[in-house]
Amino acid sequence: MQFAIKLKGQYVQIIVHFPTSVCLVGNCPGRNDFQWCFSQVKGAIDEDVAEADIISTVEFNYSGELLATGDKGGRVVIFQREQESKNRPHSRGEYNVYSTFQSHEPEFDYLKSLEIEEKINKIRWLPQQNAAHSLLSTNDKTIKLWKISERDKRAEGYNLKDEDGRLRDPFRITSLRVPVLMPMDLMVEASPRRIFANAHTYHINSISVNSDHETYLSADDLRINLWHLEITDRSFNIVDIKPANMEELTEVITAAECHPHQCNVFVYSSSKGTIRLCDMRAAALCDRQSKFFEEPEDPSSRSFFSEIISSISDVKFSHSGRYMMTRDYLSVKVWDLNMENRPVETYQVHEYLRSKLCSLYENDCIFDKFECCWNGSDSAIMTGSYNNFFRMFDRNTRRDITLEASRENSKPRAVLKPRKVSTGGKRKKDEISVDSLDFNKKILHTAWHPKENVIAVAATNNLYIFQDKIN
Amino acid sequence: MYSKGTKRKFSGSADTATDDKAMAASYSLQRQSLLDMSLIKLQLCHMLVEPNLCRSVLIANTVRQIQEEMTHDGSWQVVTEAFSSPSHGPSDRLVATEVLCRSPVLEQQGGGPKLYSVMGYNGCREEEVVTDKALCSVAVGDGAPALLLGTIGHCWDRAELRVAEVEAGVSEDSLSGSGDEEETRCREGTKLATGQVFGMFEIKNSPPGSDPALEELFSDVDASYYDLDTMLTGIQSTPKMGPYDLLDSLASSHGPTSNSTCRADLNELDHIMEIIVGS
Repeated sequence: MQFAIKLKGQYVQIIVHFPTSVCLVGNCPGRNDFQWCFSQVKGAIDEDVAEADIISTVEFNYSGELLATGDKGGRVVIFQREQESKNRPHSRGEYNVYSTFQSHEPEFDYLKSLEIEEKINKIRWLPQQNAAHSLLSTNDKTIKLWKISERDKRAEGYNLKDEDGRLRDPFRITSLRVPVLMPMDLMVEASPRRIFANAHTYHINSISVNSDHETYLSADDLRINLWHLEITDRSFNIVDIKPANMEELTEVITAAECHPHQCNVFVYSSSKGTIRLCDMRAAALCDRQSKFFEEPEDPSSRSFFSEIISSISDVKFSHSGRYMMTRDYLSVKVWDLNMENRPVETYQVHEYLRSKLCSLYENDCIFDKFECCWNGSDSAIMTGSYNNFFRMFDRNTRRDITLEASRENSKPRAVLKPRKVSTGGKRKKDEISVDSLDFNKKILHTAWHPKENVIAVAATNNLYIFQDKIN
Repeated sequence: MYSKGTKRKFSGSADTATDDKAMAASYSLQRQSLLDMSLIKLQLCHMLVEPNLCRSVLIANTVRQIQEEMTHDGSWQVVTEAFSSPSHGPSDRLVATEVLCRSPVLEQQGGGPKLYSVMGYNGCREEEVVTDKALCSVAVGDGAPALLLGTIGHCWDRAELRVAEVEAGVSEDSLSGSGDEEETRCREGTKLATGQVFGMFEIKNSPPGSDPALEELFSDVDASYYDLDTMLTGIQSTPKMGPYDLLDSLASSHGPTSNSTCRADLNELDHIMEIIVGS
């Protein structure tokens, strides 16, 4: 804050400093003490998990009112947040089932004699343009645009058919009436409005809606296509890294995302730990990147597994569009888009696994693809780990916390206790040793509400929702 | 874990030399078991669903890395020389689940090394990996390398050439959504299965004498082995020659000098195949 006063006939400039972090109600950039409480858990309690019930993607919509999950059985379940009731102003609304539908069915590729899984790989919401909600859901081969609309009225008093729906004999009609709209129980309908098929030879790993709200990209192992939301029979191929000779293939695309504000910019990550930023204005085929992000390898930690653990499993732009975050097997890195030679921040997720890489290679866990997400203000990031643990990092205070998604901590509004994995020889009380970790309980998918401190964590077939205590 | 061992400081004692040797031997054993594990992962192909390409690429890169290191060490070269001698001709077997008898690298140079035929990038399914420790320990215990050889690489390349001719007729649009993509992909699938992984392990300096022998060997090979269906569904459906058929035929076709060693190894391989195929 600056102002000038007149002192002895001369103007003197006075500069007054106020503390820069101002605590706002709700999202507090300077706050460093989230207290996460259990809110809800969805899904079966059974120990026997049906393969089809395993959640494969979680995504909040733009307002946070809706939360969508996809599973291995090809189903999409959408939860809606209850409006805050006046009776309990301090407790936030719960998420309840809003709509469930079968998005994808298993298919069979007759040419290659292979099944095409119905597992939903990604769901991305479209910005809401009218009363209905729209989302894109994709399996390995086909992307579908679903429209979810509500119906809470129906017309009654038709002339040509009676209440049961049977047609009336026109000769029996003696008078005319105007049908009236009567309220009915809310019905939520999901209908597939577009089907974008036959464009991907390899398995689709990412879809991303562009900031122009007209186009979106879809990426498979070797190619990225750009679609128009209205046009299903063609797409533009914008990245193609397939070598002429497949024997020379050493690198695949692992994730891709559109920039949140610049509709001509997108990034894609690779299995070699590199990220390429491309500008669609530069060329029709963006094989040559505008920026190339790679951290030089530390020669002292080189091993046969170095490449595998450097493979990036997820890439996400910050909401501001200035940073991006990548997840590899052991760490999360935050990159400044203006600096290509190294990340600005690196967070270790589970460094204690570095000495176990051989076993993790043997049981294939080393190929697990963990996702990561930002909070609404880009001040914190979250990612999953094993044993149903998930990790959160505060970028301002550099503090981190490990929490567990389990039914044992599922008393309403119970504060989650931080967890710790013991790495040394002595195991303290309440710590868990590395060898006791359950590698079948992996948290691959998490999502953070776009505006509030509410998080959704998918643990195999259960969806946990946690809220910050202040909320 | 498998880091390239740090250089030990010379302490001047006589023990250092033996310690170094022990470390090197243990490192090379570990490396060998990693190679075996990787090859098994690439090989296991219960092909209901198309395998994860990213995983296959990463495993193949790991195998290539090990191979390069072994080439530098000289341990790879020793084995290929052993195999390429004219007395051994098991390279005429080209069906996917081919297993040959093997010999330890350092001990016996007369026998033919063990081979795992690899299905390439079309042949993997992530959930089906054998995690049985016993399997890995058998490989390590015998101390014998499981290797892919340049000669076999040549064989698969031939198949690839044949397929490539067919593929030349199919044009690829940059605008996807056309039906051609499917067809191209079908051919690509063959290409992948045949040439891809093997092409990587092809030794550039193949011995001069082997080519005419190979020509002769391939003259009577049934071309239907390169059939797309057979290769992609090789393990899932009944193959033209089952693994046990191969073991029997190989046992009979080997020369007398290596027969006894091979039989013992074949029994162990029998056991391994039971684990892989029987599960």
